[in-house]
Amino acid sequence: MRRSMLFIPSNNPNMIVNGGVLGADSLIFDLEDAVSPDEKDAARDLLHNALKAVDFGKCEIIVRINGLDTPYWEEDLRSILPMKPDAIMPPKVSDAAYIQRLDAKLAELEREFSLKEGRTKIIALLETALGVENAYSIAAASPRMMALFLGAEDLTADLRCQRTKEGGEIQYARGRLVCGARAAGIEAYDTPFTDVQDLEGLAKDAAYAKSLGFTGKACISPAHVTTVNRVFSPTQADIDYAKDVFAAIAEAKRQGKGAISLRGKMIDAPIVQRARMVLEAASEIEGVDYLA
Amino acid sequence: MEIKHGAMAGTLESSDIMVTVLPSSDGIQIDLTSSVEQYYGDSIRETITKTLEELGVSSARVEAVDHGALDCTIQARLTTAVRRAAKEEVAK
Amino acid sequence: MRKLCENLRTAMEKAGLQSGMTISFHHHLRNGDYVLNMVLEAAAEMGLRDLTVNASSVFDCHAPLVDHIKNGVVTGLEANYISAAVGKAISEGVLAKPVIFRSHGTRPSDIMTGRSHIDVAFVAAPTSDTMGNCSGKYGPSACGSLGYAFADAQCADKVVIVTDNLVDYPLTDASITENYVDFVVKVDAIGDPRGIVSGTTRMPKDPIALKIADYAAQAIDASGLLKEGFSFQTGAGGASLAVADYVKRIMLERKIQGSFALGGITGYMVDMLEAGCFKAIQDVQCFDLRAVQSIRENSKHMEITAAQYASPTAKSTAASNLDVVVLGATQIDTDFNVNVHTDSNGYIIGGSGGHTDVAEEAKLTVIVAPLSRARMSIVVDKVLTVSTLGKSVDLLVTQYGIAVNPGRPELAEALKAAHLPVKDIRDLRKMAVEINGPANPSIHLTDRVVGNVLGRNSQIQDVIYAVK
Repeated sequence: MRRSMLFIPSNNPNMIVNGGVLGADSLIFDLEDAVSPDEKDAARDLLHNALKAVDFGKCEIIVRINGLDTPYWEEDLRSILPMKPDAIMPPKVSDAAYIQRLDAKLAELEREFSLKEGRTKIIALLETALGVENAYSIAAASPRMMALFLGAEDLTADLRCQRTKEGGEIQYARGRLVCGARAAGIEAYDTPFTDVQDLEGLAKDAAYAKSLGFTGKACISPAHVTTVNRVFSPTQADIDYAKDVFAAIAEAKRQGKGAISLRGKMIDAPIVQRARMVLEAASEIEGVDYLA
Repeated sequence: MEIKHGAMAGTLESSDIMVTVLPSSDGIQIDLTSSVEQYYGDSIRETITKTLEELGVSSARVEAVDHGALDCTIQARLTTAVRRAAKEEVAK
Repeated sequence: MRKLCENLRTAMEKAGLQSGMTISFHHHLRNGDYVLNMVLEAAAEMGLRDLTVNASSVFDCHAPLVDHIKNGVVTGLEANYISAAVGKAISEGVLAKPVIFRSHGTRPSDIMTGRSHIDVAFVAAPTSDTMGNCSGKYGPSACGSLGYAFADAQCADKVVIVTDNLVDYPLTDASITENYVDFVVKVDAIGDPRGIVSGTTRMPKDPIALKIADYAAQAIDASGLLKEGFSFQTGAGGASLAVADYVKRIMLERKIQGSFALGGITGYMVDMLEAGCFKAIQDVQCFDLRAVQSIRENSKHMEITAAQYASPTAKSTAASNLDVVVLGATQIDTDFNVNVHTDSNGYIIGGSGGHTDVAEEAKLTVIVAPLSRARMSIVVDKVLTVSTLGKSVDLLVTQYGIAVNPGRPELAEALKAAHLPVKDIRDLRKMAVEINGPANPSIHLTDRVVGNVLGRNSQIQDVIYAVK
């Protein structure tokens, strides 16, 4: 299930230990912006030991490493990879070559640590104009690529425009990122909403991102997780419709009909595919099996 | 690892432990102050001893101020402090 | 009749204060109070000994009390709450006689039924006229409600008003009135405003507190009580306050108008009143400046006495009309008993306050607490001190899930139906041990009793032992 990705600062023991209960589908342990340069080693050691000892339940484990232009990223990977994170998130990804360089390093370390080669996935953080323009080639740069993730704060600085709550300035970037990710067959995550108190604004922003095709949204505050999960979960209407789709298929089969229509509309492959995804998601959220 | 000079890691925040590692010529000495001394004091000292052993430190003086850190945090902070203390250049 | 005395000592002499007597104080000036210390200092100068202090609460600012205990001026202490500074000394056995702990409701009940006698009550009053009509709403040391002082004023043999803001007779908006008052004393300052009320009570940012609050609000919603006419009390502590924020969001979204908010009042409850979430606030104590301003200016924000708040022998109380209360805990055990008196090492760090009262009276009592704080499990096998009985607690909400008292199976069903993470409290206990590692406690309690905790029936419910 991928709806919410919650940032956790990697040098804060209390936050790390409680990460698993904050309701997020994925946790992003941050070794980059949340950690000052002289504490990079401490954060790495802490995260290494915590990932070894703490049970994060069903949460997917993602580690945001320092950029490939810093002296930290190789040491980050060396320390974290043996703890088998699900994915690595490199920041400020600008092109496919960046991903390929990371991919090669991951392959090398996976061999060194006797890990299954290719097990470590990549979520690329696009937060520059160049990165957004290269969305598709980045998304298609490696079989490790799991998702693109938009970082609007740095992006708007690069675009030299103001970051607003309404987000008109990132309209293009959002569209391009979703398109690039989907074209490569991977997921797309939206930028976090930065006003911690404004849950209504968050719900609106998340609903808009969902309408554009985003899979989910990152959160900088645990207070945002519930809202993001709610918005990116299938609605009751979605679930009812999906159930009707499968009921109609079953009925058509029984009657030996080829073409199936529901509510006056032909059921085609994309509709079935969508209905299946809705029921899979709903089953996981509610702990029941709608597809049985 | 050899402790070449004094080094620190960790914070005084709740659930964290601040560890100072100093050179010593007389084996391992541990000086612990803990908010949970009466529940976990012995266990913390044991964790520190075991971690030093794993890091190959045979002589060091460890001063630790604990505010309820879990074992994994104690191991991490001690590891960081020892690595910093074993580096050639004096830590900033 | 002239009630105004030149100084405190004169008032004490006129009141006939003698060795062996019981004197009383309220705690509306909280950690800024000067009056308790002033009175004891004067008593020591007068050569009085063997006094019993009956204070609704004792704060760290009252640390000089320990010296008065050591030198024999004070040999008895009764309070509803004793914070860490004095608590530590008591736990280490400074006082020969055990402290009597009551709740905010039981104290006025015992005073008014004569079970607990007060010889002289000293009432710190932020404003008083020359005849003792007094109020907490005005003056440089304004504290808002004077709720805890009413029983003392009504029942003590002698009543001394101590004020730093003497006004002309009559004070038109008085709380305690002249018919109860024997003497009035003007002093330079009755307290330090910085310790009396906090500037603003802030919403916590701690993500774990917010997670707990989110669950708690959803649980309250699932209980079915959150509807038109809803009444609510919440503490001023981190997670409790955050629950108010989530409850407020639900109430505004669904346009629910509640009946009243109760308790110690923060600006946050005032915001809820002004936003239309409640028709009234029943206020026994103000926690911040915004609450003080509101009780002064808003007629829907009413002062209530401690007896009216929660006395177990009253004909009815605000607490007995309460739907939901959200409370904290230092420890809670697998029988849902709550400890708010002692810390994990056995030292006195608090007391029931209104905890025991509202827990017993409210339709739904929610305890909010993290599973552990800095490696100390909050959920334990047995609490060190039973402050509030498990049978009056309905829910424990932690960040790892919600435990429902087995006596409320219908509540467990309602929560499960709302997809809330219902857990057996014993499993939460297991989880705490797993996370923190098995503890090897070596706390040293003696068999000497330093505190008797009275239940709401005024009988001894539990005892607190000396440490070491």
